[in-house]
Amino acid sequence: MLQQFLAFVKKEMLHILRDTRTLFILFGMPIAQITLFGFALSNEVKNSGVAILDPARDDDSRALIDRIDASKYFDVVSYLHTPQEIDRAFKSGKVKMALIFPQRFSNDLHHTNKATVQMIADASDPNVATTITQYASVIINDYQKELSPAQIPYRIKSEVRMLYNPQLKSAFNFVPGVMAMVLLLVCTMMTSISIVREKENGTMEVLLASPLPPILVIIAKAVPYLLLSMVNVATILLLSVYVLELPIAGSLALLVGESILFTITALSLGLLISTITNSQQIAMMISLVGMFLPTLMLSGFMFPIENMPIPLQVMSNIVPAKWFYLIVKDVMIKGLGISAIWKETLILVGMTLFLLTIALKKFKIRLS
Amino acid sequence: MQTDATIITAKELTKTFGDFTAVDAISFEVGKGEIFGFLGANGAGKTTAMRMLCGLILPTSGKATVAGFDVFRQSESIKQNIGYMSQKFSLYEDLTVKENMRLFGGIYGMSTKAIREKTTLILDELNLQKEQNTLVRSLPLGWKQKLAFSVAIFHNPPIVFLDEPTGGVDPVTRREFWEMIYRSAHNGTTIFVTTHYMDEAEYCNRVCIMVDGKIEALDTPSALRQQFSTDSMEGVFLQLARKATRSGD
Repeated sequence: MLQQFLAFVKKEMLHILRDTRTLFILFGMPIAQITLFGFALSNEVKNSGVAILDPARDDDSRALIDRIDASKYFDVVSYLHTPQEIDRAFKSGKVKMALIFPQRFSNDLHHTNKATVQMIADASDPNVATTITQYASVIINDYQKELSPAQIPYRIKSEVRMLYNPQLKSAFNFVPGVMAMVLLLVCTMMTSISIVREKENGTMEVLLASPLPPILVIIAKAVPYLLLSMVNVATILLLSVYVLELPIAGSLALLVGESILFTITALSLGLLISTITNSQQIAMMISLVGMFLPTLMLSGFMFPIENMPIPLQVMSNIVPAKWFYLIVKDVMIKGLGISAIWKETLILVGMTLFLLTIALKKFKIRLS
Repeated sequence: MQTDATIITAKELTKTFGDFTAVDAISFEVGKGEIFGFLGANGAGKTTAMRMLCGLILPTSGKATVAGFDVFRQSESIKQNIGYMSQKFSLYEDLTVKENMRLFGGIYGMSTKAIREKTTLILDELNLQKEQNTLVRSLPLGWKQKLAFSVAIFHNPPIVFLDEPTGGVDPVTRREFWEMIYRSAHNGTTIFVTTHYMDEAEYCNRVCIMVDGKIEALDTPSALRQQFSTDSMEGVFLQLARKATRSGD
């Protein structure tokens, strides 16, 4: 039995190794995705152009402008002289935000304790506009605090701390998402294709006519992809720790354990897909459209689930990647233990058992 | 090579798919070491009949035993005792000649030593020593088919089922292929083969002609020729096949 099994696993390994193009994609994909999401597709808005209209030109306004310019989020690109120029500055496309100081900025600040700075942001991209006005507000608040350390009594100081991700790095969001995506792609798509390929080539018939128990065929098909997925998980974690400088806050063992669980979920999905089609192309289409898109859209990794219409929110619950994404975020970023994620884990286990049962029931141990 | 011992029996074996009767109450017996040919046009039910005997399809009704095991209840034991070569090419194209042999030897539970010995033997027999590490994909079709047959009988099964093994192969290779079949029949292997080549029917010890899921004739080729007073199997087949109402699949 064991020997039969090993002979079959070896064959599966050879299939994967012989197909160099696919192998290249399998190993290259996590690296490419981490690099893309980590560096190119960033939520952070850096070096936004700022136009300044500063009729005051006093110490305080200059000090503030210097701080804005010194921050990595802003570059002061132009100094305006009249309010009419503001519109033109935005239309030139180089400016994302304009800062307008009043005539007597310092005077207002020190004598009336009340000064206003107007921020005008280009909201054609609302997310960017929100983000940069927040950045600017933080800089202005900091300056104000320095000016009046505990002078005014009864002032409520709001102190914002960005928990778990103090630098607001976007990689914190992407790494768990990429992990879910890569595992799903490798396991679901590759497993379904590899089983369907045997049906298409007619070798499945020969296997079914052999004394090899069908369950062994399935397990033997899953093993190499499980190993491959672990290599991918390791790659992603190494890249995120050493390249993106995103530490693993929680237990590594727990993280790996949960990854194995999700891999098995994905494998069961792949198996299920392979039972409903006989063509490699269809298996690939189902994996891509049926699994990959929902994962991308509904796992919460690209778009926050809370903001979705209720039907979509409900639908997101049946997407396994959503739960895995929550688990990875909790373990990797918040450093939480099993006590915090047992519910999500249980849901994944339940989904896996459900998928596996249907798949094994549908897997034909005979032809037609 | 025909002996008295029967190794395959089928009695009123039937398979229906919905209201389509693919195989309609066929009965026959195959003796040990016999080369038993199953002839018929496409869609006559040959492949379905063979798949039922291999344990790949569950029959709808009737009775059948293969190597003494019941096709309904003991298909796992049957699988231990047969070799099978499917209509489609049954080896892995992206594995080498040697790797294919090792795989199927392993699947049938042969020891590493037995696999190694048998591999050498077959490579010698097929004159493939030089190609042992070649991917099967790059072998010519004729060699592939001969290799597939060798792999089907790699574990020395008492019975081997061949489903249209020579489809698309040139006459010379077909001839060589049949020589291989003869050799293994000579060694006591029972050969159950489906074909639609009439010249191949002549090579069989006994032939069974299927028309529309039923067995229309079953005898030795010479007896069949006499019975239908014609000088070739082609003539026999044409007389029977004309009755067919089903067209190809």
